[in-house]
Amino acid sequence: MTDLDDTTTGVLAEGLDARLVVQRGTFRLDITLTAAPGEVVALLGPNGAGKTTALRALAGLTPLTSGHLRLDGTPLDATPPESRPVGVVFQDYLLFPHLTALDNVAFGPRCRGAGKAEARAQAADWLDRMGLADHAGAKPRRLSGGQAQRVAVARALATRPRLLLLDEPLAALDARTRLEVRAQLRRHLAEFEAVAVLVTHDPLDAMVLADRLVVIEHGHVVQEGTPSHIARHPRTDYIARLVGLNLYRGRAEGHTVRLDAGPAITTTEELSGPAFVAFPPGAVTLYRERPSGSSARNLWRCEVAGLETHGDQIRADLTGALALTADLTTVAAAELDLHPGAPVWAAVKATQTHAYPA
Amino acid sequence: MPVPLLVPALIGLAFLLLPLIALLVRAPWRSLPEQLTSAEVWEALRLSLVCATAATGLSLVVGVPLAWLLARTRFPGRGLVRALVTLPLVLPPVVGGVALLLAFGRNGVIGQWLDSWFGITLPFTTTGVVLAETFVAMPFLVISVEGTLRAADPRYEEAATTLGASRFTAFRRVTLPLIAPGIAAGAVLAWARALGEFGATITFAGNFPGRTQTMPLAVYLALQNDPAAAIALSLVLLAVSIAVLAALRDRWMTAS
Repeated sequence: MTDLDDTTTGVLAEGLDARLVVQRGTFRLDITLTAAPGEVVALLGPNGAGKTTALRALAGLTPLTSGHLRLDGTPLDATPPESRPVGVVFQDYLLFPHLTALDNVAFGPRCRGAGKAEARAQAADWLDRMGLADHAGAKPRRLSGGQAQRVAVARALATRPRLLLLDEPLAALDARTRLEVRAQLRRHLAEFEAVAVLVTHDPLDAMVLADRLVVIEHGHVVQEGTPSHIARHPRTDYIARLVGLNLYRGRAEGHTVRLDAGPAITTTEELSGPAFVAFPPGAVTLYRERPSGSSARNLWRCEVAGLETHGDQIRADLTGALALTADLTTVAAAELDLHPGAPVWAAVKATQTHAYPA
Repeated sequence: MPVPLLVPALIGLAFLLLPLIALLVRAPWRSLPEQLTSAEVWEALRLSLVCATAATGLSLVVGVPLAWLLARTRFPGRGLVRALVTLPLVLPPVVGGVALLLAFGRNGVIGQWLDSWFGITLPFTTTGVVLAETFVAMPFLVISVEGTLRAADPRYEEAATTLGASRFTAFRRVTLPLIAPGIAAGAVLAWARALGEFGATITFAGNFPGRTQTMPLAVYLALQNDPAAAIALSLVLLAVSIAVLAALRDRWMTAS
C-alpha cells in the first residue's frame, strides 16, 4: 500500500503520521493528519464530514482504502484493532453493562496480558485518579453521565495507548455536567503524554480541549491551526459561523476588499490579491434612517430577515446589499423597532474588520 | 366489545382449555400415586429428562456459534443457510426421523462409515434419541439466539476489540453475557421441544423401554393397553410444560 505521498512525507520518529483515505460508496475521506506526542488534536466539522470515519480508521475498525498510518514510526495499516496501541472513548461510552466500573477498566489490561489481580489493581488506580474510587463496584447503569464518561476515559487510558481517540466525548452530557467534565477532561488530556485525537462538532469543546484544530468538510481538511488562529482567520462559512464571525471572500486592493458577490469593504490592513474579511456581529451598528454624521466607511442598506435571542442579546440576520448577522442589546432592538422585513442601515468601522490573504 | 370478535375468541379459548380440563377431570387421582411410582414411569421420565437435557446441551454447543455466524458475519448463501437451519421447525418430525435414518442409519450415508470404522451404531440407541431431539429442537435455540444477537449492539464487540480483545474473547467476555437471557430462553424452548419430541424419536430410535422409550412414547403405548397410566404420564408432562411457561413468563407472558 505505497502511495506517492509516502515518499514525500518524512517518517516521524515519534507521534502520529497518517494519511487516511476511506472510500465508502460516493463518500471519500482523504485527510493527512500528523501530531507530536503530548499534542491534542481536534477534528472539527459538521455532521457527515467524515470525522468519525477518520477516528474509526485510526482505531482499525474501518479499513483504509489507501494511505498510511504510522505511530511512533511503526506502520499500523495492517495491524488489527486489538493489536494497536490505541485507546478509544466512544461517543456513548459503550461501557460493558454487565461489568462493574472496575471490571470495565480492568478489561483492557486483562486482554493485554495482565493477571486478574494485577488488572484490577491497575483499574482501581485509574478510577482513583478519576475521582471514582467510591464507584468502583457500580454497574454502568448506576453511574451518572459524567461518571460514565470518566470511566470510559479511564478504560481507554488503562491500556496505556500511544494514541487516544475520543469521539464526541462530551456530546452525551447535559449542559451543566458538560462544563465540569470538560474541565476535568482538559486536565487529563494535558497529563497524557502520547497523541490524543478528539472528534467534535462543538467549537467550544475543540477550542478548550485541543492544542490544534483540523477542520474537515466533505471528507477533506479545509483548515488547520491553533484554536486562536482559526477563530480569528476562518476560511470557510462553516468555521466562521462556528466562531461567530461574518466572513467574506474577495480581492484586496490597498485598504479595500472588493467582494466576489456584493459591495466593497474598507479595512485597516493593506493587502492585495485574494483575501478574506471578517468581523464579529457585535461590530455592526444598526440604524433605521441613513446616518448622516457617522464616520463608518462601511455602510449598507439591508433588511431584517430574522431575529433570535442570544443570552441578553438579540441576534439579527440581515439580507440586502450585504448578508450579515448583527448583535445588539434588547433595548436597542426595541428602540429601533426591529421586526422581520424592517429596512435598516448597517454600519461597520474599518477598525473592527480584519482582512487576511485567502 | 364487538360480539363478532368476542364469540370466536371465547370459542377459541375454550377449545384450547377444554382438553386440558378433561385431562384433569378424568385423571385417576386415587390411583395416581401408585401410577407415578411405578418403575416404568420413572424410567421413562428419567430417560426423557436426560435426553432432553443432553439435546439442549448439544444444541447450545453448536447452536450458539451457528446463531453468531448467521447474525454477525456475511457470506454468500447466508439466506439459504438460514432457511435450511429453520427447516426442521416446519418439517414433520417423522420425516426428520426418516432423514436421520438415511444419514446415520446402519446403511446411511454417514452411518455406514461410523459402523465400519468405529463400530458406532446410532439408530435405536439412547444416543439416537438425543440426536433426534437435537435435530428437532436446535432450530428453536438458533432462531432465539440469532434474534437476540441481532438486537444486541455490535459496537460493544468493537469496544472490546479496541481494548485488546480478540474477536473470540470479545464474544466470550462481552457478547455472551449480554445475550445470556436470550440464550436461556432459547435453551428452555429447545428443552421443552425436545422433551415432547415423538415423531423423529420413534422413527430413528424406536421404542425400547429404558433405552429409547421417552415419556411421549410411553404415553402413546400406555394409551393402548393402560389408559389410566397414559393419563398419569400426561399429567406429569403437563406439569413440566407449566413449569417451563413459568420459567419464561418474564420474557413472553408480560410481552403484551
